Amino acid sequence: MIINMNTILECNQITKRYSSLTALTSVNLSLGRGKVIGLLGPNGSGKTTLIKIINGLLVPNEGTLLVNGQKPGPETKKIVSYLPDKSYLPDWMKVKDAINMYQDFYENFNKNKAYEMLKRLDLDPNRKLKSLSKGTKEKVQLILVMSRDADLYCLDEPIGGVDPAARDYILNTIITNYNENSTVLISTHLIADIENVLDEVIFIKEGHITLHNSVDEIRSQEGKSIDTLFREVFKC
Amino acid sequence: MEWELSSDRPIYIQLIEQLQAAIIAGNLSPGDKIPSVRDLASEAQVNPNTMQKALAELERNGLLYTERTSGRYITSDKELIMKLKKQSAKSQIQEFIEKMKLMGFQPEETLALIEETIKDK
Repeated sequence: MIINMNTILECNQITKRYSSLTALTSVNLSLGRGKVIGLLGPNGSGKTTLIKIINGLLVPNEGTLLVNGQKPGPETKKIVSYLPDKSYLPDWMKVKDAINMYQDFYENFNKNKAYEMLKRLDLDPNRKLKSLSKGTKEKVQLILVMSRDADLYCLDEPIGGVDPAARDYILNTIITNYNENSTVLISTHLIADIENVLDEVIFIKEGHITLHNSVDEIRSQEGKSIDTLFREVFKC
Repeated sequence: MEWELSSDRPIYIQLIEQLQAAIIAGNLSPGDKIPSVRDLASEAQVNPNTMQKALAELERNGLLYTERTSGRYITSDKELIMKLKKQSAKSQIQEFIEKMKLMGFQPEETLALIEETIKDK
């Protein structure tokens, strides 16, 4: 197989079953570098399953998935920065402990960048995670994830539980921190909030990829927003 | 700069229109340096790729130019800006004439009405 240097992620006929439930069916996907891509689908459509496979937390029953030409494993974990959909940091930690932990774990973690972003948030690194509100905790986790100099960022529902002002902060953090060599994959169902920062969108419906196109292309072809199109495609 | 983006049209086209409008209106002056792609993108809350695409298009039509080491500038070619200004005015006028036609006014009658309105002011 010829590996395109511009491809960061390649999925080939990925199928994932959980006993009787098929979460992903023959997913083919190829993602380029230097883009912000939305993985959009309703609850239970397979978004988190796909992201977990990319991160090597789940193994597909069929098909292959390559990150930068390699199967998920220690090498790909170095270049993929993952924000899970749940909180994962121990509550007893202070913000600065979490930063130190990331520093220990990841060669490509940029401590200065993390502290700079904290400063902009006006957040004291000596605060305990337990004392932070849900939204602030989510911001801290995003700061940790975006402070890595990664090739692929996988953000699972990064704007789920936060207020609109925090949403703007998070989106700004995302678009100011990725570079032309890295790609950001954002899974969400809150489309209206993020569609202006996306280069491409992927629609996922009941484990099938139904659409993968550039946002500008869709808007000029359909004459409507991604949000409107999504509501039509996924109408209950 | 204030940005207003609707979500039913390609963003880069709206960015081009709004930058052009700012240049025509003189909010961005000829020869001025414009902020970096990242700063502009952050200000408009859009993806830097999209802002880059819009700026590249404005460079192609000559409204912006790049100095290799120091950044992007607005053209000092005032004639070009004037030409664009006229184009933009003409399309507004055409749109207006069409609307007046729908109301049953011929272009000469519309013109007379315009003169009358200006005098009344």
